[in-house]
Parts: sequence; C-alpha cells; structure tokens
Amino acid sequence: MWAQLSTHLQYWFIAILLLLGLYGILNKQNLMKKLMAMNIMQVAVIIFFLTLGQKAGGTPPVLIKGVEGAEAYVNPLPHALMLTAVVVSLSTTGVALALLVRIYRHYGDLEEPDVLRRLGK
Amino acid sequence: MTEHTPALIVLVPLVSALLLPILALVSKVLARGWTLVALLGTHAGSVSTLIYVLANGRWHYYLGGWAPPWGIEYVLDPLGAGMATLVSFLALLVAFYSGPYLKDAAPLKTGSFYALFLLVTAGLLGMVVTGDVFNLFVFLEISALATYGLVAMGGHRATVAAFRYLIVGTIGATFYLLGIGYLYAVTGTLNMADLAERIMPLLNSQAVVVAVALILAGFGIKMALFPLHGWLPDTYAYAPAPVTTFISAVMGKVAIYVLYRVFYFILGGTGPVLPALTVLGWAGAVGILAGSLMAIAQRDFWRMLAYSSIAQMGYIAVGLSLGNMMGITGALLHILNHAVVKGGLFMVAGGVFWRTGIRDIPSFIQMSRRMPMSMAVFVAAALSMIGIPPTVGFFSKWYLVLASIEASAWPFVIVIVVSSLLNAVYFFRIIENSYLRFRTAEEDEVAVGGTELPATMLVPMVVLGVAVFMLGVLSGEVVTNIISFALPWGTQ
Repeated sequence: MWAQLSTHLQYWFIAILLLLGLYGILNKQNLMKKLMAMNIMQVAVIIFFLTLGQKAGGTPPVLIKGVEGAEAYVNPLPHALMLTAVVVSLSTTGVALALLVRIYRHYGDLEEPDVLRRLGK
Repeated sequence: MTEHTPALIVLVPLVSALLLPILALVSKVLARGWTLVALLGTHAGSVSTLIYVLANGRWHYYLGGWAPPWGIEYVLDPLGAGMATLVSFLALLVAFYSGPYLKDAAPLKTGSFYALFLLVTAGLLGMVVTGDVFNLFVFLEISALATYGLVAMGGHRATVAAFRYLIVGTIGATFYLLGIGYLYAVTGTLNMADLAERIMPLLNSQAVVVAVALILAGFGIKMALFPLHGWLPDTYAYAPAPVTTFISAVMGKVAIYVLYRVFYFILGGTGPVLPALTVLGWAGAVGILAGSLMAIAQRDFWRMLAYSSIAQMGYIAVGLSLGNMMGITGALLHILNHAVVKGGLFMVAGGVFWRTGIRDIPSFIQMSRRMPMSMAVFVAAALSMIGIPPTVGFFSKWYLVLASIEASAWPFVIVIVVSSLLNAVYFFRIIENSYLRFRTAEEDEVAVGGTELPATMLVPMVVLGVAVFMLGVLSGEVVTNIISFALPWGTQ
C-alpha cells in the first residue's frame, strides 16, 4: 500500500484534479466558474504528460559533455507536446473569455439559469 | 509542386485564412474570390491525391523531410484522401453559398467569417490526412476553435450556444488527449503506423483499455453520439446557416472517421475495441430512435434537422460497430450520403429563412409555389433520408440492414426499419405543408411574398440535390472503386 502510494501519488493527484474540473463543469452555475473548471481539467492532462517524461536523477535534455546515453536525460517529447497543449488551452480560454464578455454585455449576468431563462424569450 | 500536394491541401486554406482579414479590408469581393480560389485549389488537390492513391497505393509525406517516427508524416490512403475530397467539396459549396448571407456585413466581419471558415476547413483536412495522433489533436482544436467563433456569429443566443459548445467540445478534446497520453505511455510513440505495430502485444493491458474508453468518450462528444449530444441542437439552431450547413455536413463525419481510424487501423479492431464497439453500436441504435422521435416533436425546422442529425450519426455508429465488411461499407456510404443530404437540407432551411424569415414547420404552407427549386432539392434530400430506392440513402441503409442480418443483430434491423418510418413521418409533414396544403384567404394576406433564391445560393443546393440521385445510381461504382479500398482489411 505504502509502496504503491509513494510511486503513484502524483497520478492520484492528477486524477483528483481531473475529476475536480469535471465536477466543476457539471455542477457550477456560473459560466466563469465553468471555464475555470475546464482549465483545471486541461492542466490535469498537461501534468499527466509531464509526469510521463519525468525520471529520477535525469538532467535536462541538453547534451552535456561526459554524460552519455539516453538514460541520463529526461524525455523532452512530452514537454514539447505540452507546450503545444498549453498554447491550445490558452487560445481556448481566450475564445471563451471573448464569448463571456459578449454574453455579459447582452444578458448582464453570467449565472447560467438566468441566461438560459432569457434565452428562451 | 505535385509531390507536396498532401501538405498543400492543408496549408493553402491555413495560410489564406491568415491573409483574409487584411484582404477583406481592401475589398470584400477580393476576400470572397480568394476564399473560393483557395478552396477550389484545395479540392483539386484532394481529388488528384485521391486518384493517385487509388492507382498507386498509400502516399507517405514527411513534413520537413523528417522521417517518422521522429517527424510528423501525412499519410494519404483511399480513406483519408476520400474524406479530404468530401470535406473540401462541401467547403467549396458552402463558401459559394454564403455569399448572399454576407452581402450587408461589414468588411471585417466578412473577412473574419471567411478566415474562420478556412480555418475550420484546414483543421478538418488536417485531421483526415495526418498520420500522427498528437498532430490530429492540434488540428482538432484548430477546427473546433474556429467553429466556436463561427457559431457565435449568429447573434446573442448563438453566443451562449457557442460557449456551451466550447466547454463540452473541450472536454471531448481533453479526453482524447488523455487517451493518447495513455497510448504514448505504453508505446512511447505517437505515429499511427508505429503505434499500430507496437500496441499489438500490449492490446489487453489496462492502459490501452482506459485509452480506448477515453477516446470513445472524447469523440462520442464530438460526433454527438446519443447520450453525449446535448450541445448539438442549440448550436445547430442558432448558428448562421452556412456554418450550420458545414458543421452538420462534415464535422461529425470527421469525428467518426477518427474513431474508425483509431479503432480499426491503429488498434486492429480487436481486444478492448470490441466492448467499445458494442457500446458505440447500442448508443447509436438508441440515438437513432431518440433522435427521430425528438425530431418529430419539433416545430422549428432547424431543430428538427438537428435532431435528425443525431439519428443519422447513429446509423454510422451502428455500421461501424457491426465490424463486418458490409457494415463498414454501409457506414462509409452513409457518411457520404449524410454529408450530401444534410448539407442540402440545411442549405434549403437557411435559404428559406434568409428569404422569408420562416423557420416554423406549419408556416411552410405553399412554399413549393414560392421557391420551387429549393423545395425540389428538399424533396430529393428528404427521399434520401427516408431511403427511397434511386437515392443514395436507400443503398447505405440497405448495406446497414444486410450487415445487421449477417451479424444476427436483429435489434439493429428493427431499429433501422422503424426509424425509416419515423423519418418519413417528420419529412412528410413538410412536404405536405409545402406541396399539398393550400392557404385560407386570411393566411394568404399574412404570408409574405417570396421568390426563388439568388443563383449563388441555388447552385450549390441543386448540385447537392442532383448528387443525391447521382450517388444513388452510381453507388455500386463508389463502393467498388473507392469504399472497398477504405476498409481496414484488404487494402494495399
């Protein structure tokens, strides 16, 4: 149990973070909070990828004289992928914020039930 | 030039999209012309690629000359090139169709509309030609983000619909990303061909099971598979007509293409894919019935078509889930059928709304007198939706029924037959209103005079209306010459 926890603790954190985000999207009424929950969910996946690339005692993947072999270096690929994913997440947030500004200007409110009630009219 | 066609069919719309807002400030005509030329070039590229791969087999294109699995490769096989041809063809038609919609729009709005439209096209084309699962995620997000912007152009209700679509769509994309994270964790590669090789011994590991579940959930959301369809009706009903036409015609299809690609080509259609296919099939079958019943309950024509889309995606899901040759052929033919038909139907719905402001089904009385051509296209598309013999809809449903019988999946046979009757019910309401009912004297006064649509809107509609019959008559040729090469086994 303890051994399992010590090697897998980060995955538990990621799972909790992911479910926290999903819970927030499903359960919060405020559209802004939904967006924040969505971000939390994306961050969980980003950390998941970064964890895959991590290794104990690895150095940054820049060729150092005297340090030979792939084992000594951290896998840089997940980091490169997540750089892209961060940009995607950033642009999604940007688009979402722009939409929220327009919703707020027209409906004067970001509480989902209010917005939906006025949408019906 | 020609050896770079696979990259060009993605890059041309992508680069044009960046130029368009500036071009539109100079001249709106220039922006529209540029868009059409770019899409025409893209379509020509897709068609020539399709012809090439049908004759010579799979085409691997290494971006920047980096060989896989280190670099990203585009892989064009008959399936991918066929999808690219379909996507670029509908993009061209919809761009042509959207002209009158933007006649009074400000230059910047015109520019951003065409720019976002080209971005969606580039994203979808990228998804079908790429041979890298992470690259696919990036293209997925390019097309999705541009779609949110386009949907939001439909006014204040559309903004809310777009925001909800954004949240739900991002959950889908995040699930997919997590899914490929698991695949990467067990295999250490993101290249599809490499992945397919390395995953085989690991097929029953827990990580692959989780990955399959996550990818199914992610693209289930994107394709509006039955219990995950909540975002679709509002989005389709409030978005501007050209946007609804395009996303209803091809976006869901590209999502299910990805499921097909991952389940059959990467994971080989065995191991944990089998229970996923069972879930896909039953969700599709329930979605067929629920979507059809909900469509009957709608008063709004656009919403009716939106619910009908959920049902039609169900057919494709059922076809894929059967896993026999007949079923997958039927599913691919239905992808083609539904793209053409639903594109045509939404073009008619958008045209009628643009000309007369009518969306309510009861108000369609005598529409055939006012817009004879548009309603003729509507009837052609409706016949294909119901599955009347000379149309392509009949043949795709025929394959699906035969496949269900072959797999002894009797519930699916019943669902397909019953839902054809339900389709007839909700399409006949409109045919009845527009052809067979006459207005009373007082309704006559209220009704606005309407005339046929301008040629820019009519031509793409008629092309799709004719295509319904052409593809029906030629369905045998389409199946033997293209679709049979797009099956997961027996290809080059």
